[in-house]
Amino acid sequence: MCKITINGNPLSVQDNATILEAAAMANMRIPTLCYLEGLQPMGACRVCIVEVEGSATLPASCSTPVREGMVIHTNSKRVREARKTVVELLLSEHEGDCRLCERSEDCELRKLADELGIRKNRYEGEKPSSATDTSSVALVRDNAKCIKCRRCVQVCAQIQHVGVLAPQFRGYRTTIGPAFSDPLSSVACVQCGQCAAVCPVGAIVEHSHIDEVLSALENPHKHVVVQTAPAIRAALGECFGLAPGTLVTGKMTTALKLLGFDAVFDTDFAADLTIMEEGTELLTRLMAAHQTGDRSKLPQFTSCSPGWINYAEHYFPDTLDKISTCKSPQQMFGALAKTYYAQKVGIDPAKMVVVSIMPCTAKKYEAARPEMRSSGFQDVDYVLTTRELGDLIKMSGIDFTALEDSPMDAPLGISTGAADIFANTGGVMEAALRTVHAVTTGRPIGMEDLHIAVLAGLEGIKTASVTLSGTIGVWKFLEGKEVKVAVAHGLGNAAALIGHIRDNPDEFQFVEIMTCPGGCIGGGGQPRFTTDEVRRARIAAIYREDEGKQLRQSHENPAVQQLYAEFLGSPLGEKSHHLLHTTYEQHERVKSH
Amino acid sequence: MTQYAHAEHKNSAGSCHETGVQDVIPIIDDIIGRYRGTRGALIPVLQSAQNLLGYLPKEVLIHISDQLDIPYSEVAGVVTFYSFFTTVPRGKHTVRVCLGTACYVRGGKEVLDAISKELRIEVEQTTEDRLFSLEIGRCFGACGLAPVVMIDETVFQRVKPSRIRALLDPYRIGPDQEADHETN
Ligand code: SF4
Ligand code: SF4
Ligand code: SF4
Ligand code: FES
Repeated sequence: MCKITINGNPLSVQDNATILEAAAMANMRIPTLCYLEGLQPMGACRVCIVEVEGSATLPASCSTPVREGMVIHTNSKRVREARKTVVELLLSEHEGDCRLCERSEDCELRKLADELGIRKNRYEGEKPSSATDTSSVALVRDNAKCIKCRRCVQVCAQIQHVGVLAPQFRGYRTTIGPAFSDPLSSVACVQCGQCAAVCPVGAIVEHSHIDEVLSALENPHKHVVVQTAPAIRAALGECFGLAPGTLVTGKMTTALKLLGFDAVFDTDFAADLTIMEEGTELLTRLMAAHQTGDRSKLPQFTSCSPGWINYAEHYFPDTLDKISTCKSPQQMFGALAKTYYAQKVGIDPAKMVVVSIMPCTAKKYEAARPEMRSSGFQDVDYVLTTRELGDLIKMSGIDFTALEDSPMDAPLGISTGAADIFANTGGVMEAALRTVHAVTTGRPIGMEDLHIAVLAGLEGIKTASVTLSGTIGVWKFLEGKEVKVAVAHGLGNAAALIGHIRDNPDEFQFVEIMTCPGGCIGGGGQPRFTTDEVRRARIAAIYREDEGKQLRQSHENPAVQQLYAEFLGSPLGEKSHHLLHTTYEQHERVKSH
Repeated sequence: MTQYAHAEHKNSAGSCHETGVQDVIPIIDDIIGRYRGTRGALIPVLQSAQNLLGYLPKEVLIHISDQLDIPYSEVAGVVTFYSFFTTVPRGKHTVRVCLGTACYVRGGKEVLDAISKELRIEVEQTTEDRLFSLEIGRCFGACGLAPVVMIDETVFQRVKPSRIRALLDPYRIGPDQEADHETN
């Protein structure tokens, strides 16, 4: 332990703590800009400078460890003035108009300038010319607004192990972006949007579909249906000032109805369906391996996270055969909306528009993939992020927090608790094991509250095993067998897990990969800012949603059962194959010109 | 380690325009092999590759990125950071016009414009016949006799915009003569 003084208050802190961490313990906030929790501090922006008595310079608190006897001032006149200068210099090289900017509400630079009382700028910097890169289906980058804090570089390289963003050129010509400042679409960006989630300013935002959705809603000849991913209900409230982890399922449904959607449905329905297909696929692969000894399609990897699919196609082509052929719930929903549902309500699918609300930017890319047209039309037309839905609701003058709850529509709005937990890391696995256990043994999984506790939580890689006993029927070959599963979230963790599996190919039977840290609840399209604390709050909300449902195992979903009886036949059947499954192919990492 | 890169430079200097990308990939792999596992391999590998080819084509950079397991964006970041590296094919001769303060005030900019007009290329471009590349320099240490132009390793002082053609013509002798010259 180390004794220090911050702003006159004596404090005892851990030896290796930084000044920033020590100040936080003393409930003193030091503003930061480039700092990101959990990553090596870069000390790039110098907004977090403090005064240390006896030191000639003002050290950056995020990257300076405390020393015994340090006397620190976080808010002296000298600090305030220097900090103001730093922010003024950042502003002098920043080209943007707050009144017209996507980030005007939650921009960290704008907030900082405001907090420091900057009312005019004493410096005239060389303003970058606005060079907006709209080449990516999911994201828009505007280098003129970039303050070169490098958060996006760190997240893309260190959390996601993708590394398509890096500083290019030198000196005042430095830009942050893909190699040679080429368009984002020319490199193997997986479209996860984690860069957009951490960018403090409006330099990386999602490719908006708000205008397209508005015109569809205004078109009387269109039947516009909406699906909402499970992660939205635990985060949308944050757009309206509610605490992270506030469940707003009912209010969200009411808001969507007020916005004019003809039917409000749930991606949860398709998540239950995914479990039926993917669980059956797993059992089929296990049976094939048992009969032939060929384990080349095991472990089976989940396929619901489109960023992960992009990552595998670009970086791990040797896993493609092992990935479940199931489309993601978003795409299963789209394919069924324009076939099964269209037939049921007697609407021409050509006149139907499917909108999804997703916590994710990669879903925009997924919806636009050429394979995703098995209804004969683009199955999902537009994808709004949670943030965009928040904006749309505000734009429409709806007082969100005052809304009453309403239920989602039948049949594609009916779901079980197992579908809700698709929103967080470990959830797809837990949902799958609930059903796999029940199918193979005829009994629900014998765990408290049906939860597989070791799979919850924010540890990067998690493993669990379930031993099957009392197996029935064709599944007797699994009697006494241990089903070992692994879960990774964040693509860096995924890469590490895949490395382990290459060396230990027989260890696991089933592997869940989610692209974003924490899973979809931490997606690149969620309200900013997502810290671990926020992730935990959203996850807790998702488990509450699950526990609050009467049905908690996907195979019990009556609407899914009806779908099989009326339309699909059986899991992995002919129709499922056509509408609900897909294929993957290797993609190059850098497009050759 | 850099010494090695220099050696490579000398060996291949004469043939740099004729060497194709595919021919050098095995050589680059060989160099990468020698650096494998050591930190800071990127810059010496890039230097060697540029010495072999005269410039760094993107396909070579992608190959190096894959082989060293360094993101392509970072490789490009290094290439664009150091003005030594270039991704455009080089001409046989590099014309560098100094735009340091002394040269600038004494007409360096006019000299540059005249050369650019004569060669019909902009800065950092190469003539279609691959004879000349045009670059800007920052002080060659001959300020007393500014403005200064450097062609390959030779420094020309007090260059006048009107005398540009005379300056460049000696470098425009036909390839046959040059080959003779080199073999002698
Ligand atoms: S990025 Fe921030 S400071 Fe810049 S224009 Fe947008 S809101 Fe204003
Ligand atoms: S979307 Fe993901 S992969 Fe693409 S640049 Fe951003 S962080 Fe990197
Ligand atoms: S794009 Fe955003 S996160 Fe990336 S360096 Fe610029 S300001 Fe920082
Ligand atoms: S937050 Fe400390 S230097 Fe940027």
